[in-house]
Amino acid sequence: MTRLLALLFLLLSAPALAQNADPYAGLAGDGYAEIEAGVSGLAASGDPRAGAILAALADGRLLVRPADKALFIRQGGAVVDARTGAAAADAADLKPVKANNRVRRAIEAARGQLDLASPETGRRRAAADAVFKARDAAALPALDAALAREKDAGVRQAMTEARAAVLLARPGTPEVDRLNAVPPIQARGDGDAMGILRGLGSDPSEAVRAAAARGIAAIETRLAIVGALQNVWYGVSLGSVLLLAAIGLAITFGVMGVINMAHGEMVMLGAYTTYLVQELIRAKMPGLFGWSLAISIPCAFLVAGLVGVLIERFVIRFLYGRPLETLLATFGVSLVLQQAVRSLFGPTNREVGAPAFMSGAFDFYGLSVTWGRLWIIVFAMAVFFGLLFVLRKTAFGLKTRAVTQNRRMAAAMGIRTPYVDALTFGLGSGIAGIAGVALSQIDNVSPNLGQGYIIDSFLVVVFGGVGNLWGTLVAALTLGVVNKLAEPYVGAVLAKIGLLVFIILFIQKRPRGLFALKGRAVES
Amino acid sequence: MSPRSRLIDPKGWIFLAALGAFCVAVPVLNLVVPEGSGLHLPTYLVALFGKYLAYALLAVSLDLVWGYCGILSLGHGAFFALGGYAMGMYLMRQIGPRGVYGNPVLPDFMVFLNYKELPWYWYGFDHFAFAALMVLLVPGLLAFVFGWLAFRSRVTGVYLSIITQALTYALMLAFFRNDMGLGGNNGLTDFKDLLGFSVQSQNFRVGIFVATGVALALGYLIARFMTVSAYGKILIAVRDAESRTRFLGYRPEHYKTLAFTVSAMMAGVAGALYVPQVGIINPGEFAPGNSIEAVIWVAVGGRGTLVGAALGAVLVNYAKTVLTGAMPDAWLFALGALFVVVTLFLPRGLVGTAVERLGGRRAAAKLPPEPAIAPKLAEEGQGS
Amino acid sequence: MSTATLEPPAAHATPPGLGTGPANKKRQTDALLYLDDLRVTFDGYKALRGLSLTLSRGEMRAIIGPNGAGKTTMMDCITGKTRPDTGIALFDGTHDLLTLDEPAIADLGIGRKFQKPTVFESHTLSDNILLALKGPRAGFSSLFGWRNRVERGRIDALLETVGLLPHRDRPAADLSHGQKQWLEIGMLLAQDPKLLLVDEPVAGMTDAETAETANLLRRIAGEHAVVVVEHDMHFVRALECRVTCLHEGAVLAEGSIDAVSADPRVVEVYLGR
Repeated sequence: MTRLLALLFLLLSAPALAQNADPYAGLAGDGYAEIEAGVSGLAASGDPRAGAILAALADGRLLVRPADKALFIRQGGAVVDARTGAAAADAADLKPVKANNRVRRAIEAARGQLDLASPETGRRRAAADAVFKARDAAALPALDAALAREKDAGVRQAMTEARAAVLLARPGTPEVDRLNAVPPIQARGDGDAMGILRGLGSDPSEAVRAAAARGIAAIETRLAIVGALQNVWYGVSLGSVLLLAAIGLAITFGVMGVINMAHGEMVMLGAYTTYLVQELIRAKMPGLFGWSLAISIPCAFLVAGLVGVLIERFVIRFLYGRPLETLLATFGVSLVLQQAVRSLFGPTNREVGAPAFMSGAFDFYGLSVTWGRLWIIVFAMAVFFGLLFVLRKTAFGLKTRAVTQNRRMAAAMGIRTPYVDALTFGLGSGIAGIAGVALSQIDNVSPNLGQGYIIDSFLVVVFGGVGNLWGTLVAALTLGVVNKLAEPYVGAVLAKIGLLVFIILFIQKRPRGLFALKGRAVES
Repeated sequence: MSPRSRLIDPKGWIFLAALGAFCVAVPVLNLVVPEGSGLHLPTYLVALFGKYLAYALLAVSLDLVWGYCGILSLGHGAFFALGGYAMGMYLMRQIGPRGVYGNPVLPDFMVFLNYKELPWYWYGFDHFAFAALMVLLVPGLLAFVFGWLAFRSRVTGVYLSIITQALTYALMLAFFRNDMGLGGNNGLTDFKDLLGFSVQSQNFRVGIFVATGVALALGYLIARFMTVSAYGKILIAVRDAESRTRFLGYRPEHYKTLAFTVSAMMAGVAGALYVPQVGIINPGEFAPGNSIEAVIWVAVGGRGTLVGAALGAVLVNYAKTVLTGAMPDAWLFALGALFVVVTLFLPRGLVGTAVERLGGRRAAAKLPPEPAIAPKLAEEGQGS
Repeated sequence: MSTATLEPPAAHATPPGLGTGPANKKRQTDALLYLDDLRVTFDGYKALRGLSLTLSRGEMRAIIGPNGAGKTTMMDCITGKTRPDTGIALFDGTHDLLTLDEPAIADLGIGRKFQKPTVFESHTLSDNILLALKGPRAGFSSLFGWRNRVERGRIDALLETVGLLPHRDRPAADLSHGQKQWLEIGMLLAQDPKLLLVDEPVAGMTDAETAETANLLRRIAGEHAVVVVEHDMHFVRALECRVTCLHEGAVLAEGSIDAVSADPRVVEVYLGR
């Protein structure tokens, strides 16, 4: 069927070809219209020299001798004959063939047609896509020829779509062909396909209009699903960022009961550590740049963890059991840390680079997935499960839980509670530092970095249920996804406000969060 | 003897006398003493002192709920800003056709944003009495609804602090939006006059300074009246042992909601007096950091003393003025250190410590207990 | 030993199938407090497993039982602090305690003294009594109303009863543990409830004080119903009242102190098996 159609079109377009029997004459012509016709003709002629000539024309290297309209190509210092490729003997008195925008578009389309016959699959595919975009009727013969030869299923599909698009765009296509052209477009199912089908709204044929309408409806459904999935993906991505920011707090606040308002500053310290590590690597060993984030992770953990231990030893340990006082004192600490960083590094944003593996994106069943986001999600999960492991399965985790549940009893059993307190707080702070490494990739590294996360982090921990790590995970992902799903409807700011109001109301309903502990002790 | 304590105790008399003297001395030094004299007080300082007094009123309102009721509100700046916006809306309407675009009804920013007519919530703000009512009602209503919901659900301590913070944060984001019809990012500014007085004039500056002083005195007396009555005793009882008051048949949520609402209205008045003196109100006033800063004023002065809260607000803000002028970088270090030092070494604040030294245990017993007044989270939220 | 054998006869006093719906409101019981088949579970731990108990008007009852028997949880259920999973709790024949919250239950006339004495430490003794005095609990009455004009004599009389009058103007934080117990009992009296729930009132008291407390409680009983939870057997004996022994969240034995302490099952749970 397709082949029959192709034949038909070859016949139909034959007169057009006949008009420009010699495309070289057109290229050497005086007007832009002639040159444009020459370009199309050359492309359709299948001349093996066509590619070289069109490239030369695009670069302004195609020359014409006004006297006899002979064409030449300048190659470096030499000049060759355009028709034969042989070195030209007489190369005097030459003028470049000029191209305007119309001609340039024709060149693009023509080169696309030539690529349809390329031996490389990728080029053929790109050429088919180009035809789809340009919808140039002149490409039809080349397309049909290519389609007849094509073996690769993916490229075939692209060519079929391109052909359908051309047929629908070209005036005078018979109704039956228009009708047959709709399904391939519908199958393509993206925004471009939608545009083409929308264009059929004024089609004279009732049947074509109906088919187009059905196609549009089908594509809309598909796009809605893909769009929703894309938003869910963005939501998971945001959720993993929230998780990273909140997870350290889940320890200092959730497990130890300390309201650490300087938590955001631990994240900031982690980000600045990443900056310093990268600067050092750039200066000393540029080859290691790809590893800079991996190197930054332990450094950030140590820096933030150490600062955390210092805060615990000098401030917080005097305030256990007085959460509101820890809130005020650590807020003071956060101001000092912010100002210290501002004094050292200046108030402006610092540039933290992204290693190669963090950049770029790929397409996953219509979803656009950036590598950076993907790695951050993976990283957040790794940190989460690592922390869960430390708290549940190690001796240190056991001691931490013992101290937080019954300090006196733990002390009586020989656990050095001050030591455990300091290390637990250091662990929570260190994890915030690690979060800073990841956040340095997606946020501005400035002294105010931490402030942007502190309120969100607290809400995540409270929403999830204080003292419950799984609750923190669920809360972070839920809030992230809901936020991103709401954004297309109400905008980013209103979505955020709505979420804050939701959490405020939620806490009224379940003051202890999603996964609250029950029992007589917690009800007092 | 009636169970009610004296409305004004010795430290109250000292406070009111000092405030009165200040409110007489500042106008005299500004208006009567000639400008060349070394004793003359420049008008910009009058506005600055007026700002301190507005902050002091905010601090008193915060102390009413924190010191006597154990509610550490990290969102009091929201009530302050809402009162300020109510006043700002009146001041915007007073500009009339004198704006840059000369629109007799719409403020400049609305003309700029292509508003065709005044949004409904701007109606009535051309009347001072209406605006003054809104200064009380808007913060009061918000506090009533928010407090009623939270206290009925027994949200206390840290959880309450966190959601009050979320409240002011949400309001900040909302007010930053241009669609809110309240000036967005830039807020409300370029005020011309209030009740017919030019807000730039010397007489107005002195007048509003005195008005702020009177409002502070009234706010103090209202807070004092509440706290010395049986109501205040129940409030303190709720602070120290909330569940016990329930078993006595009290409903702590009623008591807390009333205190929270009155306090929010007081904060709203403070904001309304603040705005004409600084000449602008913008969403930055909702920033959570501002509310926390107000908490430290109360902590420095001594919570549960009212007088201390006012004193703390003036002292810390005076220090801020001096330090940011002399060493801008040092201010945040100083403020941060203040938070740490006060919580660690001066838990009762300046006035609280003085009361303890001079008045002995009996007087100090009325103050918030030194160990946490908040529920012990370490006991409650344990385990994983 | 299965729990079924521990069910007291009282559990079957009500016909089965009586819900807490409106029909139930009509039922009259002459008991002041009527508990039937209360069950409470905390995270899988069964604190009460079918506790049933009735108390007459003006009766004094001592509750004994080893740790974890459910004594405090029972009080939590009566005062609205804990909601049982199932069961019936009626007060004064008509009021369903399980639908009311703490202040409403307190308002019906149930006063409670906690195991750990809980008084308002920042307040003076007289203020503690003042806040407990029976009367309207609304905010406005305390802001402007009668509670600001209470006669000194009324408060002093109550403090006199519990022997704390000399300390009337001291903050409650200054009191010893035993004195706080007394103050809390004084606050209960100021509430003038129909039913007093007294959790371990003599912990931290000297023998003389303990005897004094027993006297005080005996005086109160008759006018008010009293439930006393206590471990001190001398004190319980001094109360001269019916004794109920709880074990594992249900009633194990009930009767006079001599009968209960002679019950072999009671001996077994106290001494171990």
